[in-house]
Amino acid sequence: MHLAHYLGLLHRAQDTLAAAFREVGDAHADEADIAHLCTQQAKRCDERAAALRPFADRYAEDAPDEPERLHSELFRGARTGGLGLLRDLQDLYLMTAECDICWILVGQAAEALRDTDLIDVIDEAAAATAVQLAWLRTRMKQAAPQALVVAR
Amino acid sequence: MDPSRDDRIRDPWGERTPYAAGERWPVRVDAYTVKQPERWVRSASLLHSNGDAIDIGVRDGRIVGVRGRATDRVNRGRLDPKDVYGWQAGLSPDRLTVPLVRRRGTLVETGWDDAMKRIVTRSRKLLDGPGGWGHFGFYTTGQLFLEEYYTLGVIGKAGIGTPHMDGNTRLCTATAGSALKASFGTDGQPASYADVDHCDAIALWGHNVAETQAVLWMRMLDRRRGANPPAMLAVDPRPTPVAREADVHLPIRPGTNLALLNGLLRMILEHGWVDEAYVAAHTLGRPDLEKVVAQYPLDRVAQVCDLKPADIERAAELLGGSQRLLSTVLQGFYQSNQATAAAVAVNNLHLLRGMIGRPGAGVLQMNGQPTAQNTRETGADGDLPGFRNWNNPDHVRELAELWNVDTATIPHWSPPTHAMQIWRYAEQGSIKLLWISGTNPAVSLPDLARVRRILKRRDLFVVVQDIFRTETAEFADVVLPAATWGEKTGTFTNADRTVHLSEKAVEPPGEARADLDIFLDYARRMDFRNRDGMPLITWTDPESAYREWQRCSAGRPCDYTAISYERLRRDGGVQWGGERLYTGGRFNTDSDYCETYGQDLATGAEFTAESHRAKRPDGRAFLHAAHFQPPPEEPTDDYPLRLVTGRNLYQFHTRTKTGRVPELDAAAPEVWVELNPADAKAFGIDAGDTVRIESPRGGIEAPARIEDIRPGTVFVPFHYARHAANELTITAWDSVSKQPLFKLAAVRVRRIEA
Repeated sequence: MHLAHYLGLLHRAQDTLAAAFREVGDAHADEADIAHLCTQQAKRCDERAAALRPFADRYAEDAPDEPERLHSELFRGARTGGLGLLRDLQDLYLMTAECDICWILVGQAAEALRDTDLIDVIDEAAAATAVQLAWLRTRMKQAAPQALVVAR
Repeated sequence: MDPSRDDRIRDPWGERTPYAAGERWPVRVDAYTVKQPERWVRSASLLHSNGDAIDIGVRDGRIVGVRGRATDRVNRGRLDPKDVYGWQAGLSPDRLTVPLVRRRGTLVETGWDDAMKRIVTRSRKLLDGPGGWGHFGFYTTGQLFLEEYYTLGVIGKAGIGTPHMDGNTRLCTATAGSALKASFGTDGQPASYADVDHCDAIALWGHNVAETQAVLWMRMLDRRRGANPPAMLAVDPRPTPVAREADVHLPIRPGTNLALLNGLLRMILEHGWVDEAYVAAHTLGRPDLEKVVAQYPLDRVAQVCDLKPADIERAAELLGGSQRLLSTVLQGFYQSNQATAAAVAVNNLHLLRGMIGRPGAGVLQMNGQPTAQNTRETGADGDLPGFRNWNNPDHVRELAELWNVDTATIPHWSPPTHAMQIWRYAEQGSIKLLWISGTNPAVSLPDLARVRRILKRRDLFVVVQDIFRTETAEFADVVLPAATWGEKTGTFTNADRTVHLSEKAVEPPGEARADLDIFLDYARRMDFRNRDGMPLITWTDPESAYREWQRCSAGRPCDYTAISYERLRRDGGVQWGGERLYTGGRFNTDSDYCETYGQDLATGAEFTAESHRAKRPDGRAFLHAAHFQPPPEEPTDDYPLRLVTGRNLYQFHTRTKTGRVPELDAAAPEVWVELNPADAKAFGIDAGDTVRIESPRGGIEAPARIEDIRPGTVFVPFHYARHAANELTITAWDSVSKQPLFKLAAVRVRRIEA
């Protein structure tokens, strides 16, 4: 059974995403809402990772391989300025989107296993990930015209 | 009878006129004149949001006093102490009377033509080329008239095509608008002041009504002194007059409002104090709400909010046992942590209890400034006018047809740019022209050191339109002298949707002009054109502007088509939407009609049209729930106290007017800091000592008052430019309403001298 592989992948991805949210929040501390909401969303990622941990451990007994990392090619440190903010948020968006599809796939596996505890965790996480995506999309859509057309 | 010079300072709420439930509020006519008026001119109050009907007394072409109008539904003749004396501000000898422009670093007098030409020349240059609209920012107020806001909105949206427009209403009532939209589909207060006459319980959520809307407080007090008085609940960390009057006072820890509300909602559900039929027929979202509030048991709430469990239980019983509950909400919620979510939770309480749309049962998400409601209605806060939805292409098309411009001209690609973001763009240099009308951000915005840095930027062209040379005007490139209340005609709408006409009583001083005339002059000089090459703006005076607004509002919740100038002259105050909204339990949530498709309360993420339609709201109200999150700044070892800023009965905003009125100034001339006795003792501070208050942003000095404010919390009024409380506050805002968190900074105090 390969579920453990995906659970590990997703657990790592949540950790990486949390770290990226914190880095972007720190780098753009002058954007008060970005700083505040990135910190908030990093905590959400931590919570999701913690909720996943027991399941990753439980299913790891069936597949002990160390999983590879999701989106290792994305996000290599925060940028500066209005355009930099847009690029950083876009990186966060893509990282979150990878988590999003990963939650869906893990959710499918949980259904197949009839693991209702895991299904509950995933339902909540998937909903929270959708909000994360929606926020990033909202914020980028608001920032894009000024950053791409107006600012010199 | 005229009161003597300072009667209403010593006795701000005046004599009681008690009345019983269901009776009409008795008339009590307040007046104050310095000379016998030759004639009276109709108006309404301009130093708070209550919309009290006032007649202006005129003699020899000068204002000589004011009188409350006995027949009006709002005040039945009464005057707020600020209104008794405040009219004298307009007579102040230091009014701006000629335009000023900056020459070699100093502001010098000039003529209107020169001043306007400078603005227009700069505007044309900035507008040239793609993205030119993005260099403009308009920061207006909650104190102009409806006609002026609507005109400014059309200039911004259809003339320049910029979303960068907001009012200082962002600082005071943005959360009211956001909470109403979130729960009920559009802005608009469901309740009426008449509900005070009928209710059996009043809950005041972070609302020090005694000082912010004194006449509404008189009405509440008169009920409290009559037969069958309403029970009263106050949620406030300070021992305000409201807190002292209330049967239950919850001196809540600042920043924890949502935890309290979640706990109260849990108890309402648990005790079965729910109107099941109402909830089933008229709301959606109950299962999610139940799931969230289940996690707020009494002991957790008591601990988070630092309240006695027994007091929370008494509050829940008061709310749950009431048959006709009236709630009012203001800055204690709006300027604090999770503002929109907490204000929405009050709406939830009323929805669960079926307490909306009938006599005595309703919720007032209050406003702070007199014309804030109009800033929101007309779109001068960046929204689309008439509570239209920027995300609904049909709504945008309606406006394009009304204004006869291309749909693409009207910015609708994202929500409007809120005030704090406008200032951020100016800080980054992409906004290059900032037009500030009727407000004083150099005192009223958070983190003033930063605001001054922005205003000083060499690449930022600053226009200030005001009646006095404010702290902000000192940074301007062009200063435009404006006419004020009593010197121009226009309408405005109070916090219970009552529209009043305020007529010109006297001429403005010198060359000062009505704000409407200034905006119209700019539009003419900029030569804004519609799709047919004709002038975009065709109206020329207040009444023709108002008629255009009536057309714009037609068919929307704030429909003014039946409220003509003629009717306002004849009938006095008239409410749009009738006495109460949602009397049949049908809300403005239809997907084609609503003002918003909804937002996530924690992040402000915009939901889509598809997701809104999928929920099939069809006129049902939303029960939105959210979890408590700690505020962004908590006390530390270095900064161990919580600062809340706030208001004083005798002062308004940054004292531009009230500071120039001898009686009001004398009543509260200087800043002060309120400390709890235990904190004062711990820091070795006695009453009257000069205290230094510091946050990570800056510091101020103020004399100490020892009060029964909750321990760990200090209070500083925000009105005072010298030693401004906003030197201390943080740049942070609510994710949904974008209202700054003025009531949450961490500070430390030390005694400077005895």
